[in-house]
Amino acid sequence: MSGFFSAIAEAVSAFLGFIDPLCGPAGVFRWFAEGTLLSCGDAGWGDEIAIGFLVTASLAVATLPLGLLIGFFIALAKQSPERSLRLAADIYTTIFRGLPELLTLFIVYYGIQILVQNLLSALGYQQAIEINAFVAGMIALGVVFSAYCSEVLLSAFRAIPRGQYEAGYALGLHHGRTMGLIIVPQLVRIALPGLGNLWMALLKDTALVSVIGLSDILRQTGIAARVTKEAFLFYGIACGLFLVLAFLSSIVFSMIEARVQRSEVRR
Amino acid sequence: MSVVTTLLPPQAPPPAPARPYTLSRFVGSAVLGIWLALAVGIFLTVVDGWDPAKFSRYAPNYLSGLGVTLLLVALSITLGAVVSLPLAFARMSNNKLLSWPAYAYVYFFRGTPLLTQLFLVYYGLGSFSAELKAMGLWGFFRDAWNCALLTFTLNTAAYQAEILRGAIESVPRGQHEGAASLGLPGRVTFFKIILPQALIVALRPYGNEIILMIKGSAIVSIVTVFDLMGETRRAFSRTFDYQTYLWAALLYLMIVELMRNVWAWLEARLTRHLKR
Repeated sequence: MSGFFSAIAEAVSAFLGFIDPLCGPAGVFRWFAEGTLLSCGDAGWGDEIAIGFLVTASLAVATLPLGLLIGFFIALAKQSPERSLRLAADIYTTIFRGLPELLTLFIVYYGIQILVQNLLSALGYQQAIEINAFVAGMIALGVVFSAYCSEVLLSAFRAIPRGQYEAGYALGLHHGRTMGLIIVPQLVRIALPGLGNLWMALLKDTALVSVIGLSDILRQTGIAARVTKEAFLFYGIACGLFLVLAFLSSIVFSMIEARVQRSEVRR
Repeated sequence: MSVVTTLLPPQAPPPAPARPYTLSRFVGSAVLGIWLALAVGIFLTVVDGWDPAKFSRYAPNYLSGLGVTLLLVALSITLGAVVSLPLAFARMSNNKLLSWPAYAYVYFFRGTPLLTQLFLVYYGLGSFSAELKAMGLWGFFRDAWNCALLTFTLNTAAYQAEILRGAIESVPRGQHEGAASLGLPGRVTFFKIILPQALIVALRPYGNEIILMIKGSAIVSIVTVFDLMGETRRAFSRTFDYQTYLWAALLYLMIVELMRNVWAWLEARLTRHLKR
C-alpha cells in the first residue's frame, strides 16, 4: 500500500516538475538564465525559487475553499433570525478583521502548538511538538479570509430579493434546494468582484508565512539574497513572481466573470 | 337599554409563545458558549500567570511600541496623501506618457505584498550602498525606520491614488456641465464642486485604508523596527509567555475598533445633509 502512495506522490511531483513554469522543460529560468545565479540545478537558485513559487501558489489555492466555506456559513449566521447566532458571528468578524494578519498567524501558530502540547501532556505524552507551518498558515489565512468573505457574501445575500426565496418555496423546493438552485448562482454573480479583491489580498498575505518558516517565494529568495549578497535582484524577482500571480489570477477572474454573466441581460 | 356601569380591569397581555428550540438556536447558543469559554479561559490564564514584575517591565515597552505604530501610520498616510494627488491626476490624464507610468506604479504597489516591498527597499537597496554613499543618501536608507516609512508612503500612495481617482470619476458628468454653464473656471469647478462631492464618496475607502495600514504596519517588526508587534515579539522571545501576544491582540483590536467607530461617526456627521 505504501508503494502505491509513493507511486502517486512520484507521479504528482513528476507532473508538477513538467508544468513548472520556472524550471520545467518549458521553464523561464531553464531557457533564459542558464549559467547565471538563476539557473536550475545546484549551480543556481532557480529550482529553489521554483519550489517557493509552488508553495505560495498551493497555499493560496488550499486556503481559498476553506475560507469560502467558513465565510459562507458565517454569512448565513449573520442573517439568521436567531440573535445569539448573529452575535457569535459578529464577534468572529470583529476579532479577525481587527487583528493584524501577522499577529493572527503568530497566535494560531504558537497557540495551536501550546494547545496540542498541553493536551498531550494531559494524556501522558511528554515531547516537544512542532506543528506544520503550512497548516498553521492555511488556518490563519483562511480565518482572516473568511471574516472578510462573510461581509462580501452578506451584502450579496441582501442584494437578492425575498421574492426569489418565495418563488423557490412556491415551486415546492425545500430550503437547501432553493439555496443551491436559485440563490447561490445569483450570489456568485453578485459577489464575484468582491471575492476577486479578497483573493488578491489573500495572495499577498501568503508572503507572511515566510516568517514562521514556510519555504515560500519570499523565504527562498531571502535565503538566496543572503547567500549571494544580491538582495535587490532576488527581492525584485520575488516582486515579479507575485505580479505574475496577480496577473494570472486577474485573467482567470475575468474568464469566470464572463462565464457567470452569460445569462445576464445584455444592455 | 343597558348602560355600562363598570369597566373591566386592565388585563395582562396573553403570554408570548415560547421560542421554538430550532437548530440555529442550538448552534448559536453553542458557539456563544465557546466564545464565552474562550474569554473566561484567557482571563483565567492571564490572572493565573499574572506577574507584576513582568508587567512593570514590559508595559512601558508596549506603550512606546504603540506610539511607534501610530506615528508610522499617521506619517505614512499623510505623506501618501500628498504623493497620491499628482499620481491620481497622472492616472486620469489623457496623455499616455503620464497615465502609463502612473498605472504601472499603482499596479506594482497594489499587486505585490507590502512585506516584499519592504524587503526590496530595506535589504535590496543595501546592494547599492556604495552608490547611495556617493549620493549622501546612505544615512537615510541605513535606518530601518526610514525604509519602513518610505515603503509605507509609496504603498499607501498607490492605494490612495486609486481611491481618489474612483471618487473623482464617480462625480456625474452633469456636475461638470452645470459648472461650465455657469461660466465657472476649471480651478473653481474642481475645488468648489467636484472635490467636495468626491471626498464624501472617498471617505469610507479612506477609513478602510487607514485601518489596513494600522494592521499592515505590524510587519515592520520583521525588519527590526520596535513597533507594537516588535515589542510583543521581543517580550515573547524573552519570556516565552503566550500572554504577550494576547495583550498585543487586545491593543490592536482596541485601536481598530476605536478608529472604525470614529470613522462611522465622522461619516454620519459629514453626510447629514444627504439624509432623507
